[in-house]
Amino acid sequence: MKLSYFPGCTLKNKAKSLDIYARKSSELFGITLEEIDNWQCCGGVYSTAKNDVATKLASVRALKQAYEKGQALVTVCSACHNVIKQTNHLMKNDTAIAKKIDRYINDGSMYTGQAQVYHYLEMLRDIVGFDEIRKKVVNPLNGKKIGAYYGCLLLRPSSVMQMDNPENPTIMEELISALGGQSIIYANRNECCGGYIAMESGELARKKSNQVIENAKKAGAEMIITACPLCRYNLIKNGSDIPVVYFTELLAQALGIKGDTNE
Amino acid sequence: MQRIGVFVCWCGSNIASTVDVERVSEALKNEQGVVFSTNYQYMCSQAGQDLIKSAVKEHRLTGIVVCSCSPRMHEATFRKAARSAGINPYMVEIANIREQCSWVHKDIITGTEKAIILGKAAIAKVNLNAPLIPGESPVTKRALVIGGGIAGIQTALDIAEAGFLVDIVEKKPTIGGKMAQLDKTFPTLDCSACILTPKMVDVAQHEKIRIFSYSEVSSVKGFVGNFDVTIKKKARFVNENICTGCGACVEKCPQKKIPNEFNLGMDNRSAIYIPFAQAVPKVATIDPNACNMLKNGKCGLCARVCTAGAIDYTQKDEYIEEKYGAIVVATGFNPISMEKFDEYAYSQSRDVITSLEFERLTNAAGPTGGKLLRPSDNKHPHTIVFVQCVGSRCSVDSEKGKEYCSKICCMYTAKHAMLVRDKYPDTEVYVFYIDVRTPGKAFDEFYRRAVEEYGVHYIKGMVGKVVPEGEKLKVQASDLIENKQLHIDADLVVLAAAIEPDKSARGLATMLTASMDTNDFFTEAHPKLRPVESPTAGVFLSGTCQGPKDIPETVSQAGAAASKVIALLNKDKLLGNPCVAHSNEEICNGCSQCERVCPYGAISYINKEFKMPDRSIKTRRIAVVNPAICQGCGACTVTCPSGAMDLKGFTSKQIMAEVDAICR
Repeated sequence: MKLSYFPGCTLKNKAKSLDIYARKSSELFGITLEEIDNWQCCGGVYSTAKNDVATKLASVRALKQAYEKGQALVTVCSACHNVIKQTNHLMKNDTAIAKKIDRYINDGSMYTGQAQVYHYLEMLRDIVGFDEIRKKVVNPLNGKKIGAYYGCLLLRPSSVMQMDNPENPTIMEELISALGGQSIIYANRNECCGGYIAMESGELARKKSNQVIENAKKAGAEMIITACPLCRYNLIKNGSDIPVVYFTELLAQALGIKGDTNE
Repeated sequence: MQRIGVFVCWCGSNIASTVDVERVSEALKNEQGVVFSTNYQYMCSQAGQDLIKSAVKEHRLTGIVVCSCSPRMHEATFRKAARSAGINPYMVEIANIREQCSWVHKDIITGTEKAIILGKAAIAKVNLNAPLIPGESPVTKRALVIGGGIAGIQTALDIAEAGFLVDIVEKKPTIGGKMAQLDKTFPTLDCSACILTPKMVDVAQHEKIRIFSYSEVSSVKGFVGNFDVTIKKKARFVNENICTGCGACVEKCPQKKIPNEFNLGMDNRSAIYIPFAQAVPKVATIDPNACNMLKNGKCGLCARVCTAGAIDYTQKDEYIEEKYGAIVVATGFNPISMEKFDEYAYSQSRDVITSLEFERLTNAAGPTGGKLLRPSDNKHPHTIVFVQCVGSRCSVDSEKGKEYCSKICCMYTAKHAMLVRDKYPDTEVYVFYIDVRTPGKAFDEFYRRAVEEYGVHYIKGMVGKVVPEGEKLKVQASDLIENKQLHIDADLVVLAAAIEPDKSARGLATMLTASMDTNDFFTEAHPKLRPVESPTAGVFLSGTCQGPKDIPETVSQAGAAASKVIALLNKDKLLGNPCVAHSNEEICNGCSQCERVCPYGAISYINKEFKMPDRSIKTRRIAVVNPAICQGCGACTVTCPSGAMDLKGFTSKQIMAEVDAICR
């Protein structure tokens, strides 16, 4: 099975391991991720500003390419996913913007949100299936206590993202248990890490990140996994003393493609 | 040929300000059959009705068109006027030029034009109207009350006191409802059980009242005055007539780890149980999902200890059929599920509870014997945070809660806060609110006492997140007046969950063909003037099934519903609706399609002999409508492929004439 794939800028430098192990692991399930030709930066969360047209073009081009190939589009970075999924929703529901963007792209066919967008986690849950993953695990995590960290972008706005319950999600917890780990539920797992505020107020970002780390640790987590490069950056930068890794690294480790991720 | 009078109403300025009534009455003068046309300020007033009556005599009218408000409002008024003037009431047609015209248009030119067209359509119809005579049906002098909470109890008692028979159907093993679970009641702080349980006993002892507990309504057929109801009496595996409620079985039952519904799962009950000490009927019930004997045939202890011999493991569900003249819906409410509100950590911490759970925690008959102890470690909480509007007053697109205000939460939260401060003065109490709503007798005084005398910290703002950490619940909130973020380390968080209609209400509404609003509350026949009647004749509404209300309001509404039932049951005969379906036996080919779409089961089939042109006799299957059951919805008339079905008063010819008049 072939699916279109939008990696995103960060995954080409700072977050290479999020990208590499996503691709390698999917091959094991018979899924090839075909990178979109000439993809451009999704624009980060700034492109979700309501009236901006230009910043949405990158997302629309990627979506359109996937749709024209007859493939669903898979993303893995939380921020890219948020931008692309929201843009797709907008194309489907706001004809005025869709028309405006059509005039920019001007290639003869208007895009109106027909493509299907999957986050990699959704692909694991809905296309592969956690039971299938469980069968392929060669290095089970032996009950390691892992706290899934969703951050704010992955699940919200829930009416558009439609991935999971934004206040009590289960998708990463199910993945952890499929890989043989023990998922730790902690209240701050869907709170903001501080995000881009780190550039303006390092203090505030530190406060937000520390709340997440402390809460996860108190609940018993020995490791935190995330799908977001910025979340990982903030948590590590602000002194997490337990490892913070990408969920794809953990997946690859359990599947036997990668060594121990306790870096 | 009809002689039609047209009467255009101004409705004060309601119609006259956007419709040129003079022009309307003038324009309609020349329509076919019209012999008289006029306008008047208030056609529904006595003077207006007299005007109609005298015009009938003067111009020998045979038909009447009133251009006025919706027929829902005054059709009955004008039909009555027609009858007293000697015209068949069904020769009156209403052209709705208020709700569907003057109220929705701003411009007098379009308004007038539309009013004329609507008038023409009504005239075209009256030209084809025929006098109709309603049939009569008897009234069964017995009422059914569905739901045995305080609403159902009060309605049943009031109806029974008037001398009529009443049956209460309650799905739980005991009557009492939510009020039985409450501790104290606002604003007087009298004990809920102390005022409720005597009423429960009154119900049990009343010779006119029967209680079907642990039972559900499984089907309703028929119509006002003549409902045929099937009640499913679920097997409780205990013979109700023999059981004395001694409780020996409950004590001996080895299966004691079943979450106790009455205490909202905060303690356990046994597999055979009596919900609470004052239960009515006070008989035991076996939970078939928990009982070892029923599950795998191993145990039988309760049967051995029962001196009355009431245990019957072979009991089956029983279906009882009964006739009723009136049905009262009193199905009540439930707090909404907290699963979409996990920012408050309800599923993560046992010390985050709902207000109803808090009632049980402070109730002397509750799981802690009335001592306020945290569920997680049985310690006294020293800081309590109450969060109001959890799921109430949500924005339309939030997909989480309800748009409406649940109405009771401000008051019970003030009560909870006050009681805590009264019993445990060392406990700090915070209440987060959007608004505090206290419109009720002695309500605002009560709330102010909580703030001023008891020192409860009321903070305008909402809680954003509750994070369980160690023994504490870290509450993050905003204070909108001080414009700052608050962090409170709480020991207990109490969520004022929104209330919603009981889940059984929707299925019941379908059975009763009673309408509901988008929130599944039953709709009243008129929001102001007929608040306890459903639009379905013979179905009445009592309590929170119609909308959120507190106990005093529920009791008043319950009494009002009872008085409507009494007025109905007092009648010996009811006039039916003559606008019913009728099958033309010459055209009907007995295809059964109408029977399938009829929601009331009013259509059946007979084999009838017809004389053919060659004088032979042929037997054909044809549809027959029971006019007493038919509600005139018209589903069959549009379904009938051969056009044999027609609705009296709304025949296809009449409707087409109206459409033609509009398109002319």
